Amino acid sequence: MIRFDRVSKTYPGSQGGLHEVSFRIERGEMVFLTGHSGAGKSTLLKLVGLIERPNRGQIQVNGQNLARIGPRRLPHYRRQVGMIFQDHRLLADRTVFDNVALPLVVAGLERNEIRRRVHAALDKVGLLKKARALPVTLSGGEQQRVGIARAVVGRPPVVLADEPTGNLDPELSLEIMTLFRQFNQVGVTLLIATHDLALVERLAQRTLTLREGRLVGDTTA
Amino acid sequence: MRRRRTGKKGSFHFNPGTWIARHMQAMVGALGRLWRRPLGNLMSLMVIAIAMALPAGLHLLVNNLERLAQGWQGTTGATLFLRMSVKAPDVDRLIRRLRADPDTGRVVHRTPEEALAEFRRHSGLGAAVALLDENPLPHVILVQPADGRLPPEAFARWFQRLQAQPEVDRAVADLEWVARFQAIVALMERGAQVLAVLLSLAVLLVIGNTIRLEIQSRRQEIEIMKLVGGSHAFIRRPFLYEGFWYGLLGGLLALGLLSGAYLLLQQPARELAHLYGSGFALQGPDRLTALVLLGVGVLLGVGGAWIAVRQQLEEIEPA
Repeated sequence: MIRFDRVSKTYPGSQGGLHEVSFRIERGEMVFLTGHSGAGKSTLLKLVGLIERPNRGQIQVNGQNLARIGPRRLPHYRRQVGMIFQDHRLLADRTVFDNVALPLVVAGLERNEIRRRVHAALDKVGLLKKARALPVTLSGGEQQRVGIARAVVGRPPVVLADEPTGNLDPELSLEIMTLFRQFNQVGVTLLIATHDLALVERLAQRTLTLREGRLVGDTTA
Repeated sequence: MRRRRTGKKGSFHFNPGTWIARHMQAMVGALGRLWRRPLGNLMSLMVIAIAMALPAGLHLLVNNLERLAQGWQGTTGATLFLRMSVKAPDVDRLIRRLRADPDTGRVVHRTPEEALAEFRRHSGLGAAVALLDENPLPHVILVQPADGRLPPEAFARWFQRLQAQPEVDRAVADLEWVARFQAIVALMERGAQVLAVLLSLAVLLVIGNTIRLEIQSRRQEIEIMKLVGGSHAFIRRPFLYEGFWYGLLGGLLALGLLSGAYLLLQQPARELAHLYGSGFALQGPDRLTALVLLGVGVLLGVGGAWIAVRQQLEEIEPA
């Protein structure tokens, strides 16, 4: 589902980035990506989400060579990849419902279908009652769940999460991870970047470890 | 999971109903955003409206002047001021001679006494005139060509014959100042066109800049839209509609300004025309002017927004 072939990404004048990274993630896998901050976790996710492009190497996602996806096809590609961020990236002036509906609205779905799917996604993350609330009125954990609902509402085959539990206490973190597992069980491929090693151990999933931009560990639990 | 292409509910198939609904939504949404910042937007709208009303107003003025000049063409003729030494019998002889010319039409004689009486009546200098020992005004003869639409060269030949009469001290061709007036009107017309081009550019830039600021202030929103797969067309649509509204509302406001100016000027213009014994009435913005104004406004609005959007949206990418 996600395939990296000797991928390098360097930033001019900076130590960060990725060097010669290769791995394969199969359809329906749930994989953690760990490493210290600056090890290249975010860079790797950005490459998969086509927020960045590699300097060298080839990336394939869902059978598509990312180098062949130009600006015109980029929006359509992004609809196949749900992205979750540590800072949520919600629109402060829109309700929870409108935030979650955004991927469906940009995809041009009809109103009834949007309502049905958004309600289903909000129900899944336990926020159906907050549909009309503004994001600022929600707790950090709730805002993150809104972000998750937005990432999965379009039913993308791949979901990426960058430190989704970064600001949450262990209990809430586990709740979020349980949610991810449920998505995984219905066939979604997940790649989750986190430095919360305790959580990773507890969930016992395949883990990719980065150090200074190189892949130094690929353990299947 | 592939992109589903079946026609069932929830697919990404093109659906005209949904397409229209999305456009309507973007259109109404853009109007709503303008409405939420009334003061700043009203100022921008006023700038746009004034910039549009100026050339349009000048154009209306030129139109009115052209209509005025058309009314004069029938009265083209010459005014002959005779030498002071020329007395009444000589004048009669001259008039007979003039009438003998087949090219000459109406001939009207105005004696110095008539001229003085008229001057006394209209100038308000009656008391001063009474102090004069003798009448300083000469005999005046107003002559019109037999053919009111004489071509300029023929008119000039006829006019030279009049000028050559020994009794004539000075001859003034009405055509000269009609021609000059028409030249001035033509110049104003050209001026209005130049002004229209320059101020259209100004409107384009004002709207473009307003939209540019709007894009800047919604940068984060645009980034998120791009992250969740919003196409360029989808993201730029609300901004283009915002430009559309700026142009349309600016045009409406300009039309309002023009109508207001017309209402203010209508009565004084009629009075002035009346004083000259003319039935001329000022004409306000007609339906065509209104349509052109609104159409140009919409074009400039969408165009300005397009320039801003082209420049900005490509740059904004999520990081």
